[in-house]
Amino acid sequence: MLNKNAKLSPNVGAEKTEEIPIRNGYGEGLLIAGEKDQNVVVLCADLTESTRSEAFSKKYPERFFELGVAEQNMATIAAGLGVSGKVPFISSYATFSPGRNWEQIRTTISYNDANVKIAGHHAGLVTGPDGATHQAVEDIATMRVMANMKVVVPCDAIEARKATVAAAEIKGPVYIRFAREKSPVVTTDETPFEIGKAEVFYQTAKPQAAIIACGLLLHNALQAAKELEKEKINVLVINNHTIKPIDEKKITEVAKKCGAVVTVEEHQINGGLGGAVAEVLAKNYPTPMEFVGMRGVFGESGGAKELIEKYGMGVKDIREAVKRVIKKKPASAE
Amino acid sequence: MEPLTDEKVKSLKETANKIRESVIEMLVEAGSGHSAGPLGMADVFTAFYFHILNHDPKNPGWPERDRLVLSNGHICPVQYATLAYAGYFGMEELKTLRKINSHLQGHPHRGSLPGIETTSGPLGSGLSQAIGMSLAARLDKKKYRIYALLSDGEHEEGNLWEAVMFAGKNKLSNLTALIDRNNIQIDGFTEDIMPLEPLKEKYEAFGWHVLEINGHSFEQIIDAVNEAKVIHEKPTVIIAHTIPGKGVSFMENDYLWHGKPPTKEEAIKALKELRTLGGKIISEHE
Repeated sequence: MLNKNAKLSPNVGAEKTEEIPIRNGYGEGLLIAGEKDQNVVVLCADLTESTRSEAFSKKYPERFFELGVAEQNMATIAAGLGVSGKVPFISSYATFSPGRNWEQIRTTISYNDANVKIAGHHAGLVTGPDGATHQAVEDIATMRVMANMKVVVPCDAIEARKATVAAAEIKGPVYIRFAREKSPVVTTDETPFEIGKAEVFYQTAKPQAAIIACGLLLHNALQAAKELEKEKINVLVINNHTIKPIDEKKITEVAKKCGAVVTVEEHQINGGLGGAVAEVLAKNYPTPMEFVGMRGVFGESGGAKELIEKYGMGVKDIREAVKRVIKKKPASAE
Repeated sequence: MEPLTDEKVKSLKETANKIRESVIEMLVEAGSGHSAGPLGMADVFTAFYFHILNHDPKNPGWPERDRLVLSNGHICPVQYATLAYAGYFGMEELKTLRKINSHLQGHPHRGSLPGIETTSGPLGSGLSQAIGMSLAARLDKKKYRIYALLSDGEHEEGNLWEAVMFAGKNKLSNLTALIDRNNIQIDGFTEDIMPLEPLKEKYEAFGWHVLEINGHSFEQIIDAVNEAKVIHEKPTVIIAHTIPGKGVSFMENDYLWHGKPPTKEEAIKALKELRTLGGKIISEHE
């Protein structure tokens, strides 16, 4: 059942779930951060409306900078602002930023330790009809590997708002990943959120496996947990929104408790959340794992839900991964 | 900025020569690094740190300081030597260039050494960072000025032209760029590798005020920077024509000296030239 302490939305698992694009949370978060701190500035590379930077640009026009289609310039100008007392947020699609401007982010933001927040929009497969050129499924890996960089993947619009506000308050570079399509609202204003802290969203007595998820697939993970419970398979679901610094303590703890782990992410299974969890467990508590995510291929055009199903990240795929991982547990553990 | 007297010019020339000597000593000690660019830019660096910049070497984080952003980080030996002479840190540090546990990284790193405003080395991104500083100054209504030192070869990078466009559009008049127009890069002469000319017209087309000077004339460097200060409607770029390897005859204008250090023998020869000003004076020390 849903963890009461997580104060999740009563809609979770209901027939009709409220759906809002995760990126909306960025727009709301910018307004809050901008009001709290007048040093917050926003830069955008010709995608003001679709990255939800528009409301900020209208409310604070003097603190908004339109770069045109120039993501490298956006990152490097932000670096200059970031070392001059400003708190710049750079907004574009994740395939372009942090895709095209990766080296600029590495040298002038990360190594420079400039106080820049990178908002990667339209991330993951659910960018849908735009096709694989616009579906960033590598960004968690390419950002996570960078020294000084923090990486946050909110699971819904509310968490996205909280992550945006929190990023402005942290000193140093942060990457936040946002999705385009409408997706189920899982959390509420009261749900605990702290960068670096994973939360249990679904709990059962004597769980046989833990599903560790991030981003909008968290909803599928919760759905899968519910269905598995009906089949008498008990799991935990962890919302692991912060990929870096990862909540090593919580992940190790749930691995010890469950003895098997499935990671779920809308990203290549190499180098993303799955990789990060595997690193923690290989070091602290080697545990059988299964990985739900993109399996080394590019996506294609299509509807969001169709793509998730076709590329093996649907509720059924998660359920099957849980069953597989339980079979991998040493006999003594079951 | 104080007025430029003949005496000051003389003292700047002496300082630049000492900085060149340090550059040679540092490079031979390091055993790797770039020779031509640092020697070519010694006069520009001297003019900035000993005459132009409003700065305080004892308080490198002073918020009101002018910012100098070095974009082509590979010429950092000249910046390091200049910073040491200006009093940012002890001269004894210079010989640690490129060695383990040194503050003097092979390419400059902000945070490792006082006086370094940005991390650089990968080319083409210094002007944008200077633009970020310029925007911050504008937002905060600060009077400090931002100087970006660029190389000519790095104009092959797309990021740089994105920055040129942006600064022109936004009329960033508190920003002055200076291009080390020495015509060489690692693989050869810039005009053979990828022609840049007409560089002046290109910048003008992007909405910049353009000045062309002799980058070894202190009067011209300082005059140009003063002119840039009174251009209120545009950013200014100073195309400073320099001689790569300036001061060491066998390095001058030879692109093969772009990316290598002198051997011990070559360094002795170079230092002898520098210490006698090319045979014009008797050396005070060998």
